Amino acid sequence: MSEKKRPGPVKKMIRPVYVVDGARTPFLKARGKPGMFNAANLAMGAGRPLMARQAFEPGDIDEVIMGCVMPGPDEANIARLLALRLGCDKHTPAWTVQRNCASGMQALDCATQSIAYGHANLVLAGGVESMSHAPVLLAEKMVAWLGGWARARTTGAKLQALRQLRPAYFKPIIALLRGLSDPLVGLSMGQTAEILAHRFDISRKKMDAYAVRSHQRLTAAQEAGHMDEIETLYDTRGHFYDADDGVRADSSVEKLGTLKPVFDRPFGKVTAGNSAQVTDGAALLLLASENAVNKWDLPVLGRIVDSEWAGLDPAQMGLGPVHAMTPIMKRHKFTLDDIDYWEINEAFATQVQACLAAWNEPKYCREELHMRGVMGELDESRLNVDGGGVSLGHPVGASGARIVLHLLQVLERNKAQRGMASLCIGGGQGGAMLLERV
Amino acid sequence: MTQKNYKHFQLETDADNIAWLSIDKANANANTLNRELVDELDSILDELETERPRGLVILSAKTGSFIVGADINEFTTIKNTEQARELIRRGQSVINRIEGLRFTTVALIHGHCLGGGLELVLGCDYRIAEDGVKTRLGLPEVRLGIHPGFGGAARLPQLIGAPAAMDLMLSGRAISARAAKRLGIIDFAVPDRQLKDAARSVVQKPPHKKPLPFWKSATNHGLVRPLLAKILRKKVAAKAPKNHYPAPYALIDLWARHGGNKQAMLQGEELSVAKLVLGDTAQNLIRVFFLQEKLKSLTKNPFKAKRVHIIGGGVMGGDIAAWCALRGMQVTVQDRQEATLAKVIQRAAKLYKKKLKKPRLVEEVLDRLTPDKDGLGIAQADVVIEAIFENIEAKQNLYREVEPQMKPGALLATNTSSIPLDVLSDCLSDPARLVGIHFFNPVAMMQLVEIVSAKNTDPEVIAKATAFTRQIDRLPLPVTSTPGFLVNRVLMPYLLEAVVLESEGVSPQVIDKAALDFGMPMGPIALADTVGLDICLAVAETLSQSMNVDVPDRLRNLVENGKLGKKSGQGFYRYPAKKKGKPEIEKPGKGDYFPPDIQDRLMLRMLNEAQACLREGVVSDKDMLDVGIIFGTGFAPFLGGPLHYIESQNTEALLEKMRHMHESHGERFTPDASWTSVA
Repeated sequence: MSEKKRPGPVKKMIRPVYVVDGARTPFLKARGKPGMFNAANLAMGAGRPLMARQAFEPGDIDEVIMGCVMPGPDEANIARLLALRLGCDKHTPAWTVQRNCASGMQALDCATQSIAYGHANLVLAGGVESMSHAPVLLAEKMVAWLGGWARARTTGAKLQALRQLRPAYFKPIIALLRGLSDPLVGLSMGQTAEILAHRFDISRKKMDAYAVRSHQRLTAAQEAGHMDEIETLYDTRGHFYDADDGVRADSSVEKLGTLKPVFDRPFGKVTAGNSAQVTDGAALLLLASENAVNKWDLPVLGRIVDSEWAGLDPAQMGLGPVHAMTPIMKRHKFTLDDIDYWEINEAFATQVQACLAAWNEPKYCREELHMRGVMGELDESRLNVDGGGVSLGHPVGASGARIVLHLLQVLERNKAQRGMASLCIGGGQGGAMLLERV
Repeated sequence: MTQKNYKHFQLETDADNIAWLSIDKANANANTLNRELVDELDSILDELETERPRGLVILSAKTGSFIVGADINEFTTIKNTEQARELIRRGQSVINRIEGLRFTTVALIHGHCLGGGLELVLGCDYRIAEDGVKTRLGLPEVRLGIHPGFGGAARLPQLIGAPAAMDLMLSGRAISARAAKRLGIIDFAVPDRQLKDAARSVVQKPPHKKPLPFWKSATNHGLVRPLLAKILRKKVAAKAPKNHYPAPYALIDLWARHGGNKQAMLQGEELSVAKLVLGDTAQNLIRVFFLQEKLKSLTKNPFKAKRVHIIGGGVMGGDIAAWCALRGMQVTVQDRQEATLAKVIQRAAKLYKKKLKKPRLVEEVLDRLTPDKDGLGIAQADVVIEAIFENIEAKQNLYREVEPQMKPGALLATNTSSIPLDVLSDCLSDPARLVGIHFFNPVAMMQLVEIVSAKNTDPEVIAKATAFTRQIDRLPLPVTSTPGFLVNRVLMPYLLEAVVLESEGVSPQVIDKAALDFGMPMGPIALADTVGLDICLAVAETLSQSMNVDVPDRLRNLVENGKLGKKSGQGFYRYPAKKKGKPEIEKPGKGDYFPPDIQDRLMLRMLNEAQACLREGVVSDKDMLDVGIIFGTGFAPFLGGPLHYIESQNTEALLEKMRHMHESHGERFTPDASWTSVA
């Protein structure tokens, strides 16, 4: 291509990109110790049944892309591990992406680009996180001391080294907690949610009510058999896991009201009950070009139409979704009614509520989103219809892929046309993806 | 650089004056030691002694192995002790010559280095082996009823100490390169890419050898040997009685008498092995070895399965699935219950941990075993094995569902143990495609698999099933689809007779002991408890319809009362939880009721049924019957199989016994029509 084109202002897909299938593991709540599955095994748990039902062989896949925030020490470039363990060709490239809470969606976006630009016809993409396996690290001072200890040869030198060891060096670093904090603004993710609650005046009761509804919606969906994208996981001790296990069918505002705030102690409002659960899980999707769809006669779940990434103040990272979704809405000249179903990842109940409030507040829409009027009031009966992060958990790397997969299921179930999936991203970003049924 | 080619060897002398001697037995896939090869090696040693290279490296030109042992075919040509002794002396002398060479000798080992092969490398100064999964070193001679005779018994205890050496020779087990390094059998275990560099380096700068630690060398001391020998005899007796398996005892005696005196040991090996190899035990074990080889080469059909789908996640189905995945296949296992599938994975993980040890290897095999509740694997499978409960209607309904989904040319097999194939295949659009692949429990332990065919079964399908069985490293035995096929049918009268004896008041211990004394690996009562009394009852009831068998009430009563054997904690024996699956057994006492004909009653019913099976053509010939019964029931291998045993006995006397029992115990002892032709 010798002729130079000026980049156009409108994003346009060069080739259409289809989602042809997808599967996920049940999301398993972290129970204070490493769970039965590390990230690679979770990804395999979703990948093996997904591959078993395809008309093509794993070797026919052109590329594997996975989102993962904190792979285990033996899981560097986890996408490559997944590809090889699934039986993809050893010549098939695989890479892992990290955009914090949206890593799974980032993987889908990368896969979309690969297919759109003709680099690939068939891509396996998704996200995985085993938060219960997040590493616990040694303090840097301890590492430095160990280095000195290893160099101490004589008994004297060893005694000398021992004298320098301090009890404080033994304090471990919980990588999970560090990962859920913003190092620049010095706030935990929960504190950014507290800021939003304050900014949009969202009460404790209101966020608890949202959390209860999330549990109720997931319970209803489970009872109605609407979670069929879940593939049963089997451990090696004779147990199986066939459903998201963080759900509390008996949750109520009264019960949630008894919980203490965990981030802004003791006067805050954000509690473990109205935040996303710390969870292990994986979600995988198969994306295909028109060629691949025709070649193997693949069933099409939907089309990835557009995507957007946006940045904002890290202290208000929870509003990321409105910043990412607004440009898509503008680009396609959509109003809220043009979207049939919405998935906005529930990192915190109040954060989703803040997004809705922001879109309905003239000042915010004008100053932050550069809109003339407001977006309007989003119909909550079409938002997160089968629950979300608060009830089923938010394995950070996986959620972005999960909401896209589930949104496609919701669209199909309701014979609806168009859906929007979006997440807030720690560090002050938002991601969104526009989907359509074909 | 010079190169010389011989019939079974290539000799290359490089620029550093190191001689590289590659063993490359003509017209063979693997190197085995026979007279011709040993003679040629001897003449090459003549040349080397005059040429005086800087060092000699002995290696194998075969891709998969070093030397797999002595040529067992040669064993069958030995006529008398003198001939045997001469053959052994020949082997010993060439290894002695290698040992006496006045330059450095190095053995460079990859793949199997067994029996005479390991004895040969013990004559070298240094041993280097490839650190890979295929490298196995061992002295398996006892498994053929003999013991090492080319100096292995003389050298190994000196090299690594008696306890480890005797353990290897008495068990016959093979070990990895790493284990061999740990024991001190080899000097270096290195990856493939470093083998030649290592050998060159060792020749140019022979490394210092550490002497054996005091406590290890002390085990060969004249004062220690008698004590250790006593312990070893006791350990061996727990596994193989002396009157059935004389070789291990002969080896212990030899070492106890001469250990440490090399000349005497070598001479002792010669005398002892020459005597053993002509004995009944060795001759029968050698025969079984060849029969096993025959089963292994039954088919040349090129069928290769990549994907296997198992339907039914019970103990049999689940374990078949686990085994296939272990043998390298992609396996889907289908069951309606997720809880059942979870147990399949649990058992598989346990098996893999035991077999493979390294977590990564375990994970790799588990990745190949996919629980498949919805039967997604059927459409891609090369082999579909049905292993659901024994019900004609259920199986037929399943086949009707499965057959249209299957790939053309894929194998449809059933693991049924009792339903005739033509009854089952009736519902198929192509009845000729159904074949029986009948495994035994526990799948990972039992090598034999019955390949069951009906009259209308497509011969190509049978050949494919046979090839598949070899692919998963099991022994295929073709049988006709008659009730009980071969193994269960021959086993059942023996088990039922044991139940009858027990209900007559003979204690289970006494019954089991009678069978053990005959040479069975496990008593019939313990076997019934292990298999499960409900399963025994089901098989017995199926067989009773077509055979002359009464199902003892005692068996029914036990099953009705929920006493199903080991799995329920009680059958004929009690299995207390604290003994972890081992029965509560009291030693047979003086006061026990002990009918004098107990062993005959048990074994003659089995032998009689074997005769009937041969006459009816359940298997093609006598050899197939013997090998099937040995590998399917554990029938005393040192007796060479039931029909071989009958022939080796006074057949007229056996028949007389049968007639006598017929009179005293009734119809079930009616001699089969074929006896008269034998007698």
